[in-house]
Amino acid sequence: MSEPSELNCKELVELITAYLEGTLPADERTRFDAHLPHCSGCRNYLQQMRLTIRTLGTLSEASIPPVARQRLLSVFCDWKAGR
Amino acid sequence: MTAPLSESGAPLPVAHLSDDDARLVAALQAGDEAAFEELIGRDHAGMVRLALNYVQSLAVAEEVAQEAWIGVLKGVGRFEGRSSLRTWIYRILVNTAVTRGRREGRSVPFSALFDAERAPIEAAMDPAYFNSASQHWATKPASWEGEPEERLLAGETRSRINEAIAALPPAQREVITLRDVQGFGSDEVCNILGVSESNQRVLLHRARSKVRRALSEYLGMEPAPA
Repeated sequence: MSEPSELNCKELVELITAYLEGTLPADERTRFDAHLPHCSGCRNYLQQMRLTIRTLGTLSEASIPPVARQRLLSVFCDWKAGR
Repeated sequence: MTAPLSESGAPLPVAHLSDDDARLVAALQAGDEAAFEELIGRDHAGMVRLALNYVQSLAVAEEVAQEAWIGVLKGVGRFEGRSSLRTWIYRILVNTAVTRGRREGRSVPFSALFDAERAPIEAAMDPAYFNSASQHWATKPASWEGEPEERLLAGETRSRINEAIAALPPAQREVITLRDVQGFGSDEVCNILGVSESNQRVLLHRARSKVRRALSEYLGMEPAPA
């Protein structure tokens, strides 16, 4: 049986962003950390969330299209000439 | 380092800036095209992506971003460095996009109007995944330990994630795009979108939970609830 102060899995799932953001109050963080070692489901969920975030970080657009670049550079020239 | 000097010789108010921002601001103020090119190379595509949340089409989003760059050039002489240069540029983008979106009759801004206290509750996981008495997992999430890195980074996986982002409510889409795709910190996102820290976190939580599920389903790793 769980101790009364222990987080259940459903609660942990909802606290995961605050945990990863480092904004959980100390007592909740302690309960979060205490839950993980004996719960493979929550460890997996946390790992999935970390991998999701890492994958999101690879989506960022590589570069500016040449057409847009040209147009913006002419905007820059106009600004420079006009000030 | 010494602060850059304006044409009159007075130090510019860039004391809180990173060296990199101070260099870019001084160069822009001096009319250095290479500095402008560096900035548009870094931020333009991301700005267009964000602007798409506010306007109807890619063409209009491009126009919004261009208009924002004009605002950046006109305003850089008054830039005080109260935020990073990139945050300041994105704020101009959002203001420009909101104005344009309103003109198109769209209801904006999204995230600034979100109130976690009043919004309907959204569970990260279907309650059917939990034992109704203990609220512990009835159906456990799978381990992604064995997932090869190449699969997560494959083009097809990325398009599925992009689709999942596109399907999010606009406020959630804005926040996850800025935070996780473009790499802004939470304080910067709050500043850009005019949203409180706690509302920002709720939006991010909801967005990430949905994208996780979409990714898990695509990978064939999401078990059906018991």
